[in-house]
Amino acid sequence: MTIATDNPSSAPTETRTPVLQARRLVKTFGRVVGLDGVSLELYPGEVLAVIGDNGAGKSTLIKCLTGAEIPDEGEIFLDGQPIHFRRPQDARGAGIETVYQNLAVSPALDVASNLFLGRELRRKGILGSVFRIMDTKKMRKQAKDELTTLGITTLQDVTVPVENLSGGQRQAVAVARAAAFGSKVVVLDEPTAALGVRESQQVLELVKNLRDRGIPVILISHNMPQVFEVADRIHIQRLGKRAATITPQSHSMTDAVAIMTGAKVG
Amino acid sequence: MSQPTANRPAPQTKPASQTSPPTSELDLAQEFLHRTTPLTRLRGLLHRYPALSPAIVLVLSIIVFGAINPRFLNPGNLSLITQQVAVVGTIGIAQTLIILTSGIDLSVGAATTLAGLVIAQTASSNHVPAVLALLLGLVVGIATGLLNGLLVTRLKLPPFIVTLGTLSIFTAILLLYSNSASVQGQNLPPLITSLGTTFNIGGVQITYGVVVMVVLYAIVATILGRTAWGRHVYAVGDDAESARLAGIRVNRVLLSVYLAAGAILAVGAWVLIGRVDGIGPNDGISTNLESITAVVIGGTSLFGGRGTVWGTLLGALIVGVFEEGLAVAGLDVLYQVLAVGILVIVAVAVDQWIRKARK
Repeated sequence: MTIATDNPSSAPTETRTPVLQARRLVKTFGRVVGLDGVSLELYPGEVLAVIGDNGAGKSTLIKCLTGAEIPDEGEIFLDGQPIHFRRPQDARGAGIETVYQNLAVSPALDVASNLFLGRELRRKGILGSVFRIMDTKKMRKQAKDELTTLGITTLQDVTVPVENLSGGQRQAVAVARAAAFGSKVVVLDEPTAALGVRESQQVLELVKNLRDRGIPVILISHNMPQVFEVADRIHIQRLGKRAATITPQSHSMTDAVAIMTGAKVG
Repeated sequence: MSQPTANRPAPQTKPASQTSPPTSELDLAQEFLHRTTPLTRLRGLLHRYPALSPAIVLVLSIIVFGAINPRFLNPGNLSLITQQVAVVGTIGIAQTLIILTSGIDLSVGAATTLAGLVIAQTASSNHVPAVLALLLGLVVGIATGLLNGLLVTRLKLPPFIVTLGTLSIFTAILLLYSNSASVQGQNLPPLITSLGTTFNIGGVQITYGVVVMVVLYAIVATILGRTAWGRHVYAVGDDAESARLAGIRVNRVLLSVYLAAGAILAVGAWVLIGRVDGIGPNDGISTNLESITAVVIGGTSLFGGRGTVWGTLLGALIVGVFEEGLAVAGLDVLYQVLAVGILVIVAVAVDQWIRKARK
């Protein structure tokens, strides 16, 4: 049984280098302490779930890791190198892609346009460099390839506007976009919160698929059964601190909830 | 510790979502909700091609007015319609760009007239060379766009309020600048009034202003449809927050749209001077609202993110055909106003209905 807390003496016997590591992050909002010295490690090829009660600091932690907030103290390392994100674009440029809770897709644009939104491919030669003409054909082909690689079989026509898709398919588009460009880390913030049972299952399959492709995933979720189904390790956040890092094998769901609410310590 | 990859089944072996056959009550309900009737199919088609409904209306109205009075279809009459549409059509391009970002511009007519007066006054009173006068008009047009754009993006004011204010400001400036006086075409260099001159294609007189308008439509349609910037204009109008999270600099796109609109209005001013052979302080004022009418009838949604510039050309032509058709049919001019009012309301109602397609 391995438990990591913010106490360095009980650090896990882990020899691999984390892809993404946060060390003793502090973030305060006025007199409210959002993060109180949180550390987090994400290892290659794993799904790390982040759970915690409302106000435990999950969102703040994720925002610090993806450049949406700047921590007051502490360090963040990507592949062992210290990094300082000032805005979400910085994190994206470093290969960290985030799928936001509120589905950042443009309904009227088609699937391929959404996948490449903000990163459109241009034609070769003068048409692309001077006249800035997009290479629609190439984008559609790559979008299709990406969806096939991810095993999203229900989405074959990439020219369909996203608003014609179901909630699960839209989420699949958002996840596919993250997967296509997230070369280092993919962060999913409550990806199944707005979805039905079957659609949630599709998204979980996508998460597993990403991991199988070697892309580590950070999954924020409230849904314990889902967390225990896909996560390799579970980071439990409580009162702005890391209460414990457990695995689905070492602890039961009841244990996890007990640690989350403070009924049980690590 | 877990082994991340070793003991995981391949994703294809467990497609949980596809194993259950669609027999549950939930699936039947889904099927019922997504059933297609001819009406929903039509709606889906109109939804996918926003310029389709104005195209149908235009063709039908030409046929109907032609049947009522064959004189409607003679070349001189059709030529007149295109000439009447040229000014609103050109300004409508600028209006379309702004409405696509879910904005609206109530000041287009005043900005156009201001640019036109600067062109005409500098060329006639100040004896500035014609090309330079046109460039000054372009600068004024872009400056009006810059002001609107900065107010929308920096002060975060709603475009409706911003342009309601700049409508008054531009109108006051143009009246002060011109002393409420007109400039006659005969006092202007030929280049500045050249867009009012005509050439002949198969018996139909076409003005160069119409040609400039059509070329501008082709350019803007290509940019909107085929460049990343065009994609971003739609994305920003569709859902600005989603666009921002996707990494689009929303304010930069918005400002560039207002600047582009300003430049297009300057071209509109040139077309206007050709059309009325000169320019007066009241010449472009009616286009403030007429351009919105053309955009809306052309199938572009006032909620942003949906529509095409070609639709606006069709919308402007529909208004032109209705006005001319009712005039040729011998009805009082007030019926033209009535008809345009009904057209606008029907167009927006149809847009609302189309937007419900497969939501």
